[in-house]
Amino acid sequence: MLEIRWHSRAGQGAVTGAKGLADVISTTGKHVQAFAFYGSAKRGAAMTAYNRVDDQVIMNHEKYMKPDYVFVIDPALVMTTDVTINHKDTTKYIITTHMSTDDLVKAQPKLEGKEVYTVDCIGIANETIGRPIPNTPMLGAFMKVSGMYDIEFFKESMKRILGKLPQKIIDANMIAIQRAYDEVK
Amino acid sequence: MVFDKMELREVEVWDGNFAAAQALRQAQVDVVSAYPITPSTPIVEGYAKFKADNYVEGEFVMVESEHAAMSGCIGAAAAGGRVATATSSQGLALMSETLYQASGMRLPIVLNMVNRALAAPLNVNGDHSDMYMVRDSGWIQFDAFNPQEVYDLNLIAFRVSEDHSVRTPAIVNQDGFMTSHTAQGVRPLTDDEAYGFVGAYKPMNDMLDFEHPVTHGVQTEEDWHFEHKARQHNDMMTYVVPKIEETFEAFEKLTGRKYNRVEKYDMEDADVAVVCMGTSVETAREVAKEMREKGIKAGVVGIRVLRPFPFAEISETLKGVKAVAALDRSAPGGAAGMLFNEIAGSLINADTKVILSGYIYGLGGRDLTKAHLVDLFNELQANADAGKILTKQQQFIGVRGPKLAYL
Repeated sequence: MLEIRWHSRAGQGAVTGAKGLADVISTTGKHVQAFAFYGSAKRGAAMTAYNRVDDQVIMNHEKYMKPDYVFVIDPALVMTTDVTINHKDTTKYIITTHMSTDDLVKAQPKLEGKEVYTVDCIGIANETIGRPIPNTPMLGAFMKVSGMYDIEFFKESMKRILGKLPQKIIDANMIAIQRAYDEVK
Repeated sequence: MVFDKMELREVEVWDGNFAAAQALRQAQVDVVSAYPITPSTPIVEGYAKFKADNYVEGEFVMVESEHAAMSGCIGAAAAGGRVATATSSQGLALMSETLYQASGMRLPIVLNMVNRALAAPLNVNGDHSDMYMVRDSGWIQFDAFNPQEVYDLNLIAFRVSEDHSVRTPAIVNQDGFMTSHTAQGVRPLTDDEAYGFVGAYKPMNDMLDFEHPVTHGVQTEEDWHFEHKARQHNDMMTYVVPKIEETFEAFEKLTGRKYNRVEKYDMEDADVAVVCMGTSVETAREVAKEMREKGIKAGVVGIRVLRPFPFAEISETLKGVKAVAALDRSAPGGAAGMLFNEIAGSLINADTKVILSGYIYGLGGRDLTKAHLVDLFNELQANADAGKILTKQQQFIGVRGPKLAYL
């Protein structure tokens, strides 16, 4: 079982990202689950979304999770919420920030000694898509860190999932995914 | 008007709401009359989008309240069309008067109920308060434990509800957020297969048949009211049950997916068992398997059809089990939980001695964790070993503060 927790603000696309990732993984024959904690669903409110992936049908519906990966797609959430909650020794963190990994860990001591990767998904999204929607770049970074799928396969799959959007936006997302894949450290 | 068919993949990744919307599209519902409420909104939103995109040839009636939504469904069903809607929580509460009208008038309607807590305090998350509130309203109630089952049970619900021997409206329950907003793999039928299974709508006593005028919604006082209600109950007990069984069988033939009014998991030799509904059934199944590895013979019973209640099947299923927990996801309001009472009723005259304890859990979406269930199975095993109940008959799982136990 692979488990992922997303830290996001409502409106940044964590749910869409989690569902998109689940959709891609499902096409490879694995079983998936994607869900979120919404609370009162106010735009901008801190929220979490989740992925589970397994070779077996996923029966577990508890919200409690000890994640294998933590994705943080809003830079401030590292400071204002505990992104390390329910962690295990092997949990890997991919965090959106304009800071270097070293500076980030210094700024947030809870991340000390943990496997932390950083990438500026907000900056990438702004420069490519033209809006601060960091979900697809985060998935590009995840492909690099996890080595889950070949990036070209992943981009082709995301093209189908983003299919209803204008071509210009789909193309921009592809660049964003590739850039995050290349830039994550 | 010609509508478009939709190409679906063998496995789609859908949440429970979208699975329901897709089933409504494939059933080619004539009228959806709806007023949106969280967490059920995306069902009717999805249907409306299918209509806007020319995937359905139906009417979407926007109304001013849930009371009006169900009233619209009643009117459309009486006129002679295939009808569906969706609601949750307070929406259902406002709709409740008209639910009794629909069942009393014997109108087939499919209501997707996305289970959510009832205020106060206001809460949008999943529990079974709404499901319990209308359990005696004369509607058939199915319960889905995951998005695939939401899809399947919608198709099944139309076929059962509209059958001329049944003519009783049906609710398809799913857990708010835990199913409705959780995307999982769903294996859909093709549009033709799904519509072929549900079948073309066959009207009965329809008001638009001007050659055969009929009256709907009559008044009866003490002269006939009781006979009407008795007949309604009789049909639930005698016609609805076999129709559900028959439809489950037909669905299995078509898809290989087998449904039962009582779902049994690891129950053949179980010493201890949990009876519950919704997503909890699946989490409990996983924990039961893990308990078996630790030497506790654990099983799980899921209630697939809450109404008509599977009275005999429950006592049969629990025969030989030593200790059973009834899990109710609804505030009991000064009584034992509903499932506790129903199960106790089904066991009391049966030739079986079971230690039954009741648990209230998960109100307002409170997580039911695997750790909770491990503790629960251990507690049941302790009861089984002692041959008697070692706790109060009613306890709470997952609530903070001092331990609560009653009865």
